[in-house]
Amino acid sequence: MSTPVKDRRPLIVLAWLWVGLPFAYGLYELGLKVAKLFSG
Amino acid sequence: MTSWAVPDVLDRSRSVAPPGWSRWLVPPAALSIHLAIGQAYAWSVFKPPLETSLHLSGTLSALPFQLAIVMLGLSAAFGGTLVERNGPRWAMCVSLICFSSGFLIASLGAATRQYWLVVLGYGFVGGIGLGVGYISPVSTLIKWFPDRPGMATGIAIMGFGGGALIASPWSAQMLKSFGPDSSGIAQAFLVHGLVYAVFMSLGVLLVRVPPDGWKPAGWTAPAPSTVRPLISGADVSARNAIRTPQFWCLWVLLCCNVTAGIGILEKAAPMVTDFFSGTSAPVGISAAAGFVAVLSLANMSGRFVWSSTSDLIGRKNVYRLYLGAGALSYLVIAIAGNASKPLFILCTMLILSFYGGGFATIPAYLKDLFGTYQVGAIHGRLLTAWSTAGVLGPLIVNAVADAQKSAGRTGPALYTVSVYIMVGLLVVGFVANELVRPVNPRFHEPTAPDAPARAAVTEGGAAA
Repeated sequence: MSTPVKDRRPLIVLAWLWVGLPFAYGLYELGLKVAKLFSG
Repeated sequence: MTSWAVPDVLDRSRSVAPPGWSRWLVPPAALSIHLAIGQAYAWSVFKPPLETSLHLSGTLSALPFQLAIVMLGLSAAFGGTLVERNGPRWAMCVSLICFSSGFLIASLGAATRQYWLVVLGYGFVGGIGLGVGYISPVSTLIKWFPDRPGMATGIAIMGFGGGALIASPWSAQMLKSFGPDSSGIAQAFLVHGLVYAVFMSLGVLLVRVPPDGWKPAGWTAPAPSTVRPLISGADVSARNAIRTPQFWCLWVLLCCNVTAGIGILEKAAPMVTDFFSGTSAPVGISAAAGFVAVLSLANMSGRFVWSSTSDLIGRKNVYRLYLGAGALSYLVIAIAGNASKPLFILCTMLILSFYGGGFATIPAYLKDLFGTYQVGAIHGRLLTAWSTAGVLGPLIVNAVADAQKSAGRTGPALYTVSVYIMVGLLVVGFVANELVRPVNPRFHEPTAPDAPARAAVTEGGAAA
């Protein structure tokens, strides 16, 4: 009898959020600095 | 059998993916390491408070970063074989321990005002974490994504560029909260060490190597007659790879490409200010900071975009673009001078995107030429080109700019000579890329004719 394959989708979402949220914060801060090139 | 030096739980055999494991869990595992160790590029945030509180010169306060980069190159070059042998989980664990404890030692150094401990901790111990961490996911990603190796390594190496984007505002905010004195710096180092340990643990827990013979569902390795001539189905060991002319051609092209990028990256803010100082639209401090941010964005996105493009057009062609269009962009800067600010920004963005792309595409180029057998170890050895370029690039631009300033020149004339040197370097890199040919079969690893056929395992774990 074969063992059922686990649904990994929640883990995939959690893993991508783990790295995606800090990355999004970094991009947001970068966007603020980029704006200065055109306003400064 | 488990080596005595490697705890059983970290052994490669314990990290083989179970049936149903998704390969899309591997890029976040890699990113959790690269986004953390990419903090190295945000070291400059700590320089002014260290200089003030410990009465250091600018040269001394740069020492932890410089030692960390030297250790990155050395540990990647000499630790690559160990990383291949012991697997990605072991490597990520070593990276976590070294990188985090480096911060903890530096924290102790700042608290006790013993600067040598900051250098030892962040530079030496943390630098080993950088090197081992940088190469830790490379061969694993290539094995999970044989259909898109450029994209897979591009994601991870983009993370190294993204690490500074996160750390720079985060560290600055922390220093603001704790205070810029030695006690505040010590607390900031302590928090960095602890938070990065937790953040990187995702990689250690999640990373898995594919079972032998695994391939993505619905994907079949292209027949030898349909693949590009440079893509080899054979494997070459790290020991043999460095004996091939192909390795040294890639070393030269990487060194030239990185030197050309670092030349701008290292002096971006003063460069843009000097270029437009005599014009009707000079660049202020705030706009110069914006220019640095634009270059960071180009560098980071180039890692993903160009590396993914290489899966479609081939590695040799994409390096033709990096080196050829890079040289042309430098040439436009030299000819146009300060005539057009948008043109200057566009050209520097292109150069920096090629710089990032060059870093991110090189693992897939190595995989094409030398196979997946020891690609991580070969990549580690190739990173000595980065260390060399890290010295060459700033040296050329700074030395030329200083000499031109002494000669009484101002504006774009300060950089014209170094811009032409960069064009020359990129042409040398272009020629090195043209010289790349398939590896001579005498360097290939022997294949055992009587080896039992491995069952092909596809995505989802079902044996096919």
